[in-house]
Amino acid sequence: MTMLQESPDRVHISLIQPRLPQFAALIIAGIAAALGLLLLVLGTGLVPAVLIGALVFLVALPLWSFFIEGRRGATDRLMTSLIWTTFFIALVPLVSLLWRVIAKGAGRIDGTFLSYSFFKTQIDQPVGIYHAIIGTLLVTLGAAVISVPIGVMAAIYLVEYGKKNKLAKAITFLVDVMTGIPSIVAGLFAFALFTLIFGPAYVSGFGGSVALSLLMIPIVVRATEEMLRLVPDDLREAAYALGTPKWKTIVKIVVPTSLGGILTGITLATSRVIGETAPLLLIAGATDRTNMNLFDGAMTTLPVLIYGQNLRGDEAAEAIAWGAAFVLILIVMVLNLVARIVGKIFAPKKN
Amino acid sequence: MAKSIDVSDVNIYYSDFLAVQGVNMTIRAGAVTAFIGPSGCGKSTFLRSLNRMHEVIPGARVEGKIVVDGQDLYESSVDPVAVRRQVGMVFQRPNPFPTMSIFDNVLAGLKLNSGKMKKSEAEAVVEKSLRGANLWNEVKDRLNKPGMGLSGGQQQRLCIARAIAVEPQVLLMDEPCSALDPISTSAIEDLIHELKNDYTIVIVTHNMQQAARVSDDTGFFNLKATGEPGRLVEFNPTKKMFANPDDPATEAYISGRFG
Repeated sequence: MTMLQESPDRVHISLIQPRLPQFAALIIAGIAAALGLLLLVLGTGLVPAVLIGALVFLVALPLWSFFIEGRRGATDRLMTSLIWTTFFIALVPLVSLLWRVIAKGAGRIDGTFLSYSFFKTQIDQPVGIYHAIIGTLLVTLGAAVISVPIGVMAAIYLVEYGKKNKLAKAITFLVDVMTGIPSIVAGLFAFALFTLIFGPAYVSGFGGSVALSLLMIPIVVRATEEMLRLVPDDLREAAYALGTPKWKTIVKIVVPTSLGGILTGITLATSRVIGETAPLLLIAGATDRTNMNLFDGAMTTLPVLIYGQNLRGDEAAEAIAWGAAFVLILIVMVLNLVARIVGKIFAPKKN
Repeated sequence: MAKSIDVSDVNIYYSDFLAVQGVNMTIRAGAVTAFIGPSGCGKSTFLRSLNRMHEVIPGARVEGKIVVDGQDLYESSVDPVAVRRQVGMVFQRPNPFPTMSIFDNVLAGLKLNSGKMKKSEAEAVVEKSLRGANLWNEVKDRLNKPGMGLSGGQQQRLCIARAIAVEPQVLLMDEPCSALDPISTSAIEDLIHELKNDYTIVIVTHNMQQAARVSDDTGFFNLKATGEPGRLVEFNPTKKMFANPDDPATEAYISGRFG
């Protein structure tokens, strides 16, 4: 102790430093918000008012901190506020989109909207989007039925059998390329394929499923691959050491251990392709009637219906488009919720 | 049930790298054989070659003869899966299957290999194996809880129960106590003493006292020099090994002068 005090080169650093009051950020935020409101009342637009408010907050807080807490405190405050600001900027489109769709779409939803199609048998019959809901569900289900076995098995090959050999590397590269395929190209591929097989002017929901599965397979492969890689090799070795053949180890140990993650990945891939429009316009066509047959005749899906109604542009059509958008978002949200619940249920339990 | 293992002229490779060279030994039936030696000298590699687990690693291969019960394990007609059913293994880190309950973990080997079995039969096997692994009294009231919920020592004993449930002839243990506290370690050492009546046990350990306590025979592995393959320096009864070893290098290692 005495040594320490006697040493002349040691700088005494106090542990107590001046700090801004606990609610400094909130106070500045309040002042910035008040300033923004004042500008709004004075007649500047909403966007300049918010921008100026945010700028005031971003400048004032670090400045105040600089004079009281010093440079390190100021940098900390600046970076923290920047991160919060970008977070709110990222939230703006999401919230405003949800708000618009709910505000404009929710009111259009009623029993007839969900249970009638566009096809009228009487002049005064109400119209609905039943045919498009059925179309979306069938086409997406078809895409999932094609993509899930192919995607999951390709991932199993890559992780369990390929072990970085040339074929596995080539597949990984092709999967990466496939991830970047524009959806319209997938639609053209399906269109060309079915035209070659069945002749010109062929349309069916199944063609749409094939196009969507092209977009879905790489996502499923990627997600499943990640999940399978997370399974520790210890478990595989434990199973081998019990005299379990490799295929049984994969089916009974590796896949069940990662099942929750795989199912989540599949559901997220499904909700990613459920909103595709362009490829379905090409190959699945559009119709006013409810088509229950995936393999024959045009089939309207929700995104295509929204696109079509938007083109027409009259008020009734626009309302239908918003209502359909609301239903589509609802379906995606339900899918995501299901993915979470399923992931929880199948996740390995601790206790 | 216990079988002896005759090892002659075994070389073990990782791709082109020769990891262990020229091993000859006879592992006695119904006895505990310990392998000691510094890290990286090929003890675990050699142990894994005794039940053909070595070749799970891509590019890994074994030359020479390992004969169990008159059958060379490395003959081309031998199915590695069948070998592993006869020669069980317990790993360094406890690795119960996370998706399974304690009950299912014990039965994993039987269920994965032979499919269905009667409930009464299954319960009998589970109780017998868990009693054999000294775990029954601790878990008998929560057999349906996940195996991952147990403590590290209990998990390791669960893995031993899982390995003996398939009734192998030989049980290999790769540093089974290195992740465990002294109390769990002593529980497992007691268990090894009991198990050697029914199984041929081979154990790799870094703990010299443990080798002296549990084993009947000891093999000392070492590298000739850095970069050279590992080899078996000395193989003798444990009493002789720790009292009066043949090789000066063994004595140096055991008395702590190197390694």
